[in-house]
Amino acid sequence: MFDTILIANRGEIACRVIETAQALGVRCVAVYSDADAGAKHVQMADLAVHIGGSAPADSYLCGDVIIEAALDTGAQAIHPGYGFLSENPDFVDLVQDAGLTFIGPSGDAIRAMGLKDAAKKLMEEAGVPVVPGYHGENQDDAFLAEAADAIGYPVLIKAVAGGGGKGMRMVEKPADFAAALISARSEAKTAFGNDAVLVEKYVSKPRHIEVQVFGDGTRAVHLFERDCSLQRRHQKVIEEAPAPGMTDEMRLAMGMAGVRAAEAIGYSGAGTVEFIVDASEGLRPDRFWFMEMNTRLQVEHPVSEAITGVDLVEWQLRVAAGESLPRQQHEMRINGHAFEARLYAEDVPKGFLPATGTLTHLIFPAGCRADSGVRAGDVISPWYDPMIAKVIVHGPTRAVALARLNRALAGTQVGGTVTNLAFLGALAAHAGFAAGDVDTGLIGRDLDRLVQPIVPEPRHWVAAGMAALGVMEGDWYTGFTLWEPLARTVTLSWQGEASDLVMRAEGPDRQHWSVGEETVLAQRIGTQWEVGETALGDIAIAGDTVTVFDAFGLAFRVIDPLDRAAGATGDGNLIEAPMPGLVKSVDAVVGQTVIQGDRLAVLEAMKMEHALLAARDGVVAEVLTEAGAQVEAGAALVRLEPEEG
Amino acid sequence: MKLQSQALPSSDGFKANRAAHLEALETIRVAAETARLGGGEKSRARHESRGKMLPRRRVANLLDAGSPFLEIGATAAHGMYGDAAPAAGVIAGIGRVHGQEVMVVCNDATVKGGTYYPMTVKKHLRAQEIAEECCLPCIYLVDSGGANLPNQDEVFPDRDHFGRIFYNQARMSAKGIPQIAVVMGSCTAGGAYVPAMSDVTIIVRDQGTIFLAGPPLVKAATGEEVTAEDLGGGDVHTRLSGVADYLAEDDAHALALARRAVVSLNRARPATVQWETAEDPAYDPEEILGVVPGDLRKPYDIREVVARLVDGSRFDEFKPRFGETLVTGFAHVRGCPVGIVANNGVLFSEAAQKGAHFVELCSQRKTPLLFLQNITGFMVGRKYENEGIARHGAKMVTAVASTNVPKITMLVGGSFGAGNYGMAGRAYQPRFLWTWPNSRISVMGGEQAAGVLATVKRDAIERGGGSWSAEQETEFKRPTIDMFERQSHPLYASARLWDDGIIDPRKSREVLALSLSAALNAPIDETRFGVFRM
Repeated sequence: MFDTILIANRGEIACRVIETAQALGVRCVAVYSDADAGAKHVQMADLAVHIGGSAPADSYLCGDVIIEAALDTGAQAIHPGYGFLSENPDFVDLVQDAGLTFIGPSGDAIRAMGLKDAAKKLMEEAGVPVVPGYHGENQDDAFLAEAADAIGYPVLIKAVAGGGGKGMRMVEKPADFAAALISARSEAKTAFGNDAVLVEKYVSKPRHIEVQVFGDGTRAVHLFERDCSLQRRHQKVIEEAPAPGMTDEMRLAMGMAGVRAAEAIGYSGAGTVEFIVDASEGLRPDRFWFMEMNTRLQVEHPVSEAITGVDLVEWQLRVAAGESLPRQQHEMRINGHAFEARLYAEDVPKGFLPATGTLTHLIFPAGCRADSGVRAGDVISPWYDPMIAKVIVHGPTRAVALARLNRALAGTQVGGTVTNLAFLGALAAHAGFAAGDVDTGLIGRDLDRLVQPIVPEPRHWVAAGMAALGVMEGDWYTGFTLWEPLARTVTLSWQGEASDLVMRAEGPDRQHWSVGEETVLAQRIGTQWEVGETALGDIAIAGDTVTVFDAFGLAFRVIDPLDRAAGATGDGNLIEAPMPGLVKSVDAVVGQTVIQGDRLAVLEAMKMEHALLAARDGVVAEVLTEAGAQVEAGAALVRLEPEEG
Repeated sequence: MKLQSQALPSSDGFKANRAAHLEALETIRVAAETARLGGGEKSRARHESRGKMLPRRRVANLLDAGSPFLEIGATAAHGMYGDAAPAAGVIAGIGRVHGQEVMVVCNDATVKGGTYYPMTVKKHLRAQEIAEECCLPCIYLVDSGGANLPNQDEVFPDRDHFGRIFYNQARMSAKGIPQIAVVMGSCTAGGAYVPAMSDVTIIVRDQGTIFLAGPPLVKAATGEEVTAEDLGGGDVHTRLSGVADYLAEDDAHALALARRAVVSLNRARPATVQWETAEDPAYDPEEILGVVPGDLRKPYDIREVVARLVDGSRFDEFKPRFGETLVTGFAHVRGCPVGIVANNGVLFSEAAQKGAHFVELCSQRKTPLLFLQNITGFMVGRKYENEGIARHGAKMVTAVASTNVPKITMLVGGSFGAGNYGMAGRAYQPRFLWTWPNSRISVMGGEQAAGVLATVKRDAIERGGGSWSAEQETEFKRPTIDMFERQSHPLYASARLWDDGIIDPRKSREVLALSLSAALNAPIDETRFGVFRM
């Protein structure tokens, strides 16, 4: 086993690798960019090396700098994680040239899988099923129709130069082929100036099922499949293992295909063979086809770990260190079911836009594995993938595991940034998903329902109001009045909509709240607050944001009356001389459009030049002075057109 | 040391007492509710339709959320001016801003435009008096048309009239007691000096106005036509005149600015007393209603009340075997040490001497004093006059008048005659004076007063040879008895600000604790006593 390794990555995967490596007694060297100087992986490592600027191109993609760091720190091996340099064969070669071990496959294995068409050909030769189709030069109509018959309907006609759906036609039966071909070609010609097409099998209810393989450079084993059909624009959202509805027969076929793929390229380490599966008639052993192989550890590897009890990072280290495969195929068993949900800082209503922010609050509930590269207080920066964590659950059955996933997501608390947590929660509660009826189109079809805007209930407003006013930990005198309680207002805003709440405290343990037309009673029984008869959950407050942890986290903004624009400069239309002086120059011209801060005139007084600036955006209505004029204090110099409204 | 209560909450007497107190309390609650609603529904709706917060809402939003509000004169002017001035048209009381105790004085413009009736002036001045004695920053939420013209003779000219407000502002400012004004409506004529005399002034744009004479008066005087905003609006005063310092966009903004102004006051409490950890009384304060008889004439042990006011019901009684009709001793109220002086019957010479001794002791130790008044007066009769009860009573009065420790007085029963003086009545300037709904205050009991008058009348009739039947005497006595009954009622008293307010007896402990807390914002001065007639 290695004595020291370097992890050429950041975030959760760097933390994940460090955890296992340190448990094996291996010293870990982290690398970090400017932005990651205080990151979790740096803190966890035994040693950390600064490798450059925040942009990945200046740090995590600088192979030479990383290799130098490994040599300088006495590391014997480099673990690449996923992303960044993990599938860069030239980097692998450089690592080996430097006398270091690359924890992963050889550069050649990566190259073999890097070119998609070549990889498919290679796989076909190795007896791995690939999506049937004709990709050749022959563009004769009759030939193509024959090819379509051989592939089997439905088929897809695609422009070779295509993209964006242009020049693409789905054909359900042979009778329609000729017409569809004409129309596809003419569209391709217009769009790309090239009317060449290819014909492929059309997969009508596609599922994404992948096989986890592990090789020692010669032999390989598989650790069963994962189903990653819940995708949004090719981004995996929730993954699970095993695949729902999987039969032993098909599992065997897919597993063996995966092993064949790995062994065909002499694969070493952890890899994933991705297949597209036609699930229109259930899972059938003749309806899966090779898509590509990912020559690295996958983001979703923990679900395989959960059902097999294997620590894949441990295997990576052991095999890279020269040990043989720790388990034979016949020793592999599936134990229960596992899910992984990817928690991102994303603005779901704004089309899943990546978000940034400081994680003011971050708590994962017991009963789940949360792989995270960030801690409360850390920043989700614009430099890297906005992943917050992977929430992983395991259970004896799919139903139990799914219930645990729902529970884990409900108990996850993130403050300081918007997240996709509510979306994950809606997805985990999706009836079709619960039934195991998944395909890659599920999210797209039901997106509107999955991203339904959340409307906070009055009790949520009250919870936020209580935190905003700081009235949860009152003293004996809290709310004391001789007769009727006083009515205190607090203004909160929910997604930009401000609302006034009124609180009447009847003592430290009892408050009446008015939220719009609703009245809500908040009272403390023992140490527990109840708001509208529901126990008050956790609340985080950071700056002007209050996050109520219910319904996957509801972030309210507290409106401070002091925050309003104090444009309290009086008649903003008129620019006056602040003191007696000489008008040095006049910059404003009648009819000119000015913006706030533009210089309108210069006044010389008390041996100083004073620039007179526009107090707001507007149009110059009048110039009431001229250069060289001596003016009194308060003299009107320039007048702007009055503001409309 | 821990008091042992003899009360039986299950007894009929206890229940009857409680019922009587609750009935008396309900009368006060109704009066307080009426006062709270100010100028009535229409007037309130009009006020709000102008985008202005109702006055109590202003107070609430000035103070910290959940801040206690120890209101002064909540039922002032009750039954006066044909009930035209609920709460005397001004809200006053002590609350907290950023944890700092402050005196808030807030005009209620829904009551005759916030104009000053005689009781308005008196309440405003009383609030200032408390602020000055307790060193509390003053925040004036101004929205007033100035003096109430039909009452100008009782509002303008005298020492304790309108002008005194500004005198107090200047004197307090000189003592380093901050004066902050928020102009949220009119500040006309004399009223203009409230913001002008303040250390810091905030004004609301298009709403607050400050001028010596409003547009109608200006037109009459000089013919000049000018809008209120151009004459003395927020923009003018923050930009041109400098009468105000901060321009606010609306009430909420103005109150937030006032809160911010408090942040920069840079004040700390002086070290005064040795605070202990607070502890609830061993007996529930709720039981006060049951242990105190509904009928004032019925004697009871005042220790039953003390046991329900002080921390742990612990009472270190001083001189328990001497002058037993006055109970004196040391205790803590919410951690604050206090010397308690409480009546347990008519005052005799020994009791008065004991009282003087105890007040001297507390003054020496700088321990705040709490007077629980339930006094019919000093004992009368030859024996007592001859042994010099006036001399002994004078000792107690001298001690009470001279001491510089904070005094807080609570009327828990009768307050009659010279007993009122010895027990720190209003004239003896306690920092706060609170009353219970069952309390009565007058120079003597109505029966006694009517009896004195009847005796004089009977003597005159009989000297003239006439005769006076018992029926005639009863008839003669009735108006006097009725008058005393009416005038001794706490609502009558509180309407005239003879006290700082009527309270729910069950809240006595909180009221005392808040009063002490407010009072201890000021350092406790050394006491120098007057000549004691020995």
